[in-house]
Amino acid sequence: MRIEILPRATALAAVALLLLPLAAPAEEGPSLPPAGNDVRNRDSLQRGARNFMNYCSGCHSAKFVRYNRVAADLGIPEAELKANLMFTSDKSFDTIQSSLSAADAVKWFGIATPDLSLIARARGTDYLYAYLRSFYADASRPTGVNNVVLPGTAMPHVLVDLQGLQNAVFKSEAGEATPVFDHFEPVAPGRLSREQYDEFVRDTVNFLQYIGEPIEVKRRNLGVWVTLFLMAFTAFAYLLNKEYWRDVH
Amino acid sequence: MAKDGYGTTPAPGLWGWINARFPLESMLKEHITEYYAPKNFNYWYLFGSLSLVVLVLQLVTGIFLTMSYKPNAAEAFASVEYIMRDVEWGWLIRYLHSTGASAFFIVVYLHMFRALMYGSYRAPRELLWLFGMVIYVCLIAEAFLGYLLPWGNMSYWGAQVIVSLFGTVPVIGESLAEWIKGDYFISDITLNRFFALHVAAIPLVLVFLVVAHILALHQVGSNNPDGIEIKKTKDARGIPLDGVPFHPYMTVKDTFGLGVFLLLFCGIVFFAPTMNGYFLEAPNFEQANPMQTPPHIAPVWYFTPFYAMLRAVPSYFGTQVWGVIVMFAALMLPFFLPWLDRSPVKSIRYKGWISKLALAVFALSFVVLGYCGMKPPVGNLPLVSRVFTALYFAFFVLMPWYSRIDGVKPVPERVTYHAH
Repeated sequence: MRIEILPRATALAAVALLLLPLAAPAEEGPSLPPAGNDVRNRDSLQRGARNFMNYCSGCHSAKFVRYNRVAADLGIPEAELKANLMFTSDKSFDTIQSSLSAADAVKWFGIATPDLSLIARARGTDYLYAYLRSFYADASRPTGVNNVVLPGTAMPHVLVDLQGLQNAVFKSEAGEATPVFDHFEPVAPGRLSREQYDEFVRDTVNFLQYIGEPIEVKRRNLGVWVTLFLMAFTAFAYLLNKEYWRDVH
Repeated sequence: MAKDGYGTTPAPGLWGWINARFPLESMLKEHITEYYAPKNFNYWYLFGSLSLVVLVLQLVTGIFLTMSYKPNAAEAFASVEYIMRDVEWGWLIRYLHSTGASAFFIVVYLHMFRALMYGSYRAPRELLWLFGMVIYVCLIAEAFLGYLLPWGNMSYWGAQVIVSLFGTVPVIGESLAEWIKGDYFISDITLNRFFALHVAAIPLVLVFLVVAHILALHQVGSNNPDGIEIKKTKDARGIPLDGVPFHPYMTVKDTFGLGVFLLLFCGIVFFAPTMNGYFLEAPNFEQANPMQTPPHIAPVWYFTPFYAMLRAVPSYFGTQVWGVIVMFAALMLPFFLPWLDRSPVKSIRYKGWISKLALAVFALSFVVLGYCGMKPPVGNLPLVSRVFTALYFAFFVLMPWYSRIDGVKPVPERVTYHAH
């Protein structure tokens, strides 16, 4: 039996190309440590919601996200939602708005604070995890802090009370024009240990991933059933095909 | 029973009533139950019917998306998020549509490659090929227009880059770009007209062309992996000896193919709808911002081979128009394939090593250019793009020469078929 090299080779190449995107992301930034969050972890999401409402929502909106959707998805009773998590509205079907107006933000920080509904989808969770852990003391900045991941950031270190303050140590490599970040050195301790703070940030980033695509967990769960159905469908279609083509000689 | 005006006896009942007034039965016979397809079709022949499936999927999901989408610069981005979050099953409809766009190009590229391998563009199938090429160009337009609609930042800057290509046309360029945009920049007006073209004009043309493509196919009959005409050897009733009725033989085969396709397609929709930024790009989760470009502007993967060719050509005499000319030439060259191929045989199976090598190099250059078009033009990439642009063009331009001198193997009288 003759073997057609070209069609088979191209078919293999096509499959390899289809799988390539799963290995290599389209946009490669500097490599960051993985955030390690799990959007199926409801406890983590509940803590993340608490962190977000207390530390982020003062200045950042999540204008596509409704309070009651968060409560329903995360298993938070409506009464607890209203008592503990809603600071800018008393209607649970409202979307999450910030009390900081864009005009004030521009006046105070020089920039309108970005809405956080889709920040995890736009920037990635690894980026957010690194960003929130990379503030360091910098007297030359109006906020007194700078950030290794986003140099010149307008955002003050709102979590300094938890993380404490740190210095960034830069190292001059031979041949490099600008010094490269090497490591952090603690200056003043915060209320949380280093591990506790990382966990705090991980929960927060987890919540940001959840609000980026609230359907994600259900989508994946449904996908399992869809795949099982299609496997059965394809198996029967294969047998049917074989049965029909038995007549062809 | 009374005879009708043509001397034939109509069938009784509703079926007869309809067929006396509309050629339903004869159409079904001509195009489905008595259309004879070569029995040696391999799995490369699935991508035609799969293209049709994806077209219908895009039309249906598109109709449902328009029910909630707002073609308005102030509301478009938010309306897409409304679909993703508040519309019942809106997220599924949107992911089916966004994944369907990429799937459309995957199946169409494979469908076209099949035609290249087995010489399906050769006489008497020139018009069939030309209809197909016009469909492909319409598909490019449709995808480009649709990409602006979510009004994300990559939508905005992608449209800006492509429309500015028209600005490089000498003399009328600037006015042409303004005419396309309907404004001095990509604006609400541009979004409105792109919406009109994306949901009404181009789909209408696409459906018409697909009908023409299928009618042309059924007029001349399908080609096959051996590249020989099954109509040459018929039985006493005039049925091709190597043909099988499209229904049920091909429909059942296509159903199995559809199952495999849907497994892959739904795998992406449910488990990786952004495909790591290849199908839905990260900067497009930020609203269009005329004041801020994304860090790196690149078109979606299915355009990147042409984008790489555009960037591969440097500017001469102070104008970028040369790259634009090369890009459009790359798109136009396949139209001429039926007249460029001078080989005495159609299928790659019976062509010599030069044609096989040429086709392999062509496929490789398309993939390499696709990769180059995704990445920023740094390091060796501009040089690589230039080399493979030259190879892409060489495949077409040198074809009249190499296809004539290349050796051929004897072509069989009947198709090669091994029973299952």
